[in-house]
Amino acid sequence: MHAAALLGSRAPSRWVWTRVAGDAVDLTALTRALRNHDRRGLSRTVAATAAVAGITAVDVYTAVRGRGTGRKPMRLTASTTVAKSPDEVYDFWRRLDNLPTFMAHVEEVEVLSATRSHWKVTAPFDQSVEWDAEVVDDQPGRSLGWRSVEGADVDNEGAVTFAPAPGDRGTEVHVAITYAIPGGKLGEAVARLFGEDPHQQLDDDLRRFKQVVETGEIVRSDGAPWGKRARKEFPQRPAQPLTDEELSELRAELASAKGASV
Amino acid sequence: MKATTWRGVNHVDVREVPDPKILNSRDAIVRVTSTAICGSDLHLLDGYVPSMQSGDIMGHEFMGEVVEVGTGVDRNRVTVGDRVVVPFPIACGACNACRAELDSACENTNPNAGIAEKLFGHPTAGIFGYSHLTGGFAGGQAEYARVPFADVGPLKIEGDLSDEQVLFLSDILPTGYMGAEMCEISSADVVAVWGAGPVGIFAMDSARVLGAHKVIAIDKEPYRLRLAAEGGHETINFEEVDVRSALLELTGGRGPDKCIDAVGLEATHGASHLDAYDRVKQLSRSETERPHALRQAILSCRSGGVVSVIGVYGGFIDKFPAGAWMNRGLTLKTGQCHVHRYMRPLLERIERGEIDPTRVITHRLPLDKAPKGYEIFKNKQDNCEKVVLKP
Repeated sequence: MHAAALLGSRAPSRWVWTRVAGDAVDLTALTRALRNHDRRGLSRTVAATAAVAGITAVDVYTAVRGRGTGRKPMRLTASTTVAKSPDEVYDFWRRLDNLPTFMAHVEEVEVLSATRSHWKVTAPFDQSVEWDAEVVDDQPGRSLGWRSVEGADVDNEGAVTFAPAPGDRGTEVHVAITYAIPGGKLGEAVARLFGEDPHQQLDDDLRRFKQVVETGEIVRSDGAPWGKRARKEFPQRPAQPLTDEELSELRAELASAKGASV
Repeated sequence: MKATTWRGVNHVDVREVPDPKILNSRDAIVRVTSTAICGSDLHLLDGYVPSMQSGDIMGHEFMGEVVEVGTGVDRNRVTVGDRVVVPFPIACGACNACRAELDSACENTNPNAGIAEKLFGHPTAGIFGYSHLTGGFAGGQAEYARVPFADVGPLKIEGDLSDEQVLFLSDILPTGYMGAEMCEISSADVVAVWGAGPVGIFAMDSARVLGAHKVIAIDKEPYRLRLAAEGGHETINFEEVDVRSALLELTGGRGPDKCIDAVGLEATHGASHLDAYDRVKQLSRSETERPHALRQAILSCRSGGVVSVIGVYGGFIDKFPAGAWMNRGLTLKTGQCHVHRYMRPLLERIERGEIDPTRVITHRLPLDKAPKGYEIFKNKQDNCEKVVLKP
């Protein structure tokens, strides 16, 4: 049953080892097993898996950094409906320094000019990648498009469209982002090994965007005080209040993402 | 503070946990003055709702005094010192679901939307103390509780009604009422209700208030059927008689016009082989529910009638009588209760004396005795209908 499958990966690290020893490393399947893993266990498992699979940490890092010889870029799409007018929704997104409040991996967007911004984004192994981006399409209340400029750590481009939803239900937001991550599907699969399913990430970002625009902030529960994060859905901390120590840890983590607060 | 926590299947205890703190600016902290054990808490106790974790605080029926509010709370709506009843679904009040008064389907309040989506197709609202599938929110069977969107959900009680008169506005009274309302009752309608637990009793009383011609209670516990009879309802004991024949007899062969399933996923069956079929399938996880009441409601309902489902289901069922449902033009209506839309009108009905919620209470226990409360409620000991806990 679905429920059983959800709960089924109680000992994923052992499971992963047997898969690896089987010498048929299906990275995508591994990802599924790992997706619900808690963070500390995950990094241990990933490091071990990467070593056994012959993907050294350096290779992974290189692949994610975008220095290899890429072929197929990674394209992500997601959409949501926000109960606000297209103008309001566009305005929130257009203030690019708002983006880190709901994009979990974006540490900072520095607005350099009307069309140019500098992005700093977290990557595996506590690294970060940076680039300058320029706005290439800007139709207030309708669409926004951007593209990284020469010299980016990872070449990327994206577009968001804002369209009225039928029946006075606000705005349909459609996002498409393309990252030139080398190795195409392999690069994506490697990223997934870190519990960083890029599709899920974008989906999470959009849900948080909707929460922030509609309610003013990211919704936190006792089990998920960090808010909506796909890879931390289960298991998570028990549904009981945070200790003082946990609360200060959370505040510190959130302070590093500009704009978000507890 | 002290709180009732889930430790594993059939195991809850009361232990010391950290006090709740404001996590979102529109949170309030409520000092709980009364809380209750719900029939749906038994599904958690029995292990039928996935994604429970050891240490989760139970409880989604609670009320109390606001002792702290976050900086973003609209203080014209709620402020420190207010006495409030807290609805069990957490609703943001701003998304399209909330704007359509579908509070239990709020699009923003479940941080674990991904798990819910895998199981349900689309996510549902956060719910207090009801697994990580509904957000991982600590529950209210505790001394204190954190209440998100405190200026959206909690209902201020300003009159002199007692806790026991208003506590059930948090869940079971609106749930029972919604079950009856979904039946679109007319004065000619015979309404049959499966399950004479607290929600079933409130569905019956609501059907009567909404003008039903006759209300029929179906259960097997004599004390629960007595409670239904005290409300002026007819009764059928499914362990003593064949339900279908009894319903035909009570409706001149037509079958009930409207049927309400107030049982849900842990139904028992009068005929032991059918009961065994579902129990085995449920135990082997090849079906997650024992949907006997739902099947019987569909088969019993008159053609063109309404089957209203307020008993809780969590997964998948077998032998759904799709033929009866389709060929006889039945309408199936359901939903976790959109409590917010019913709280104020039902408070008025309580004030006018049209509904007496206290009539289901059989046990009052201190919070410390919560495990005992779970035990007697689950096993229907000591004629237990409803347990209220006092922190």
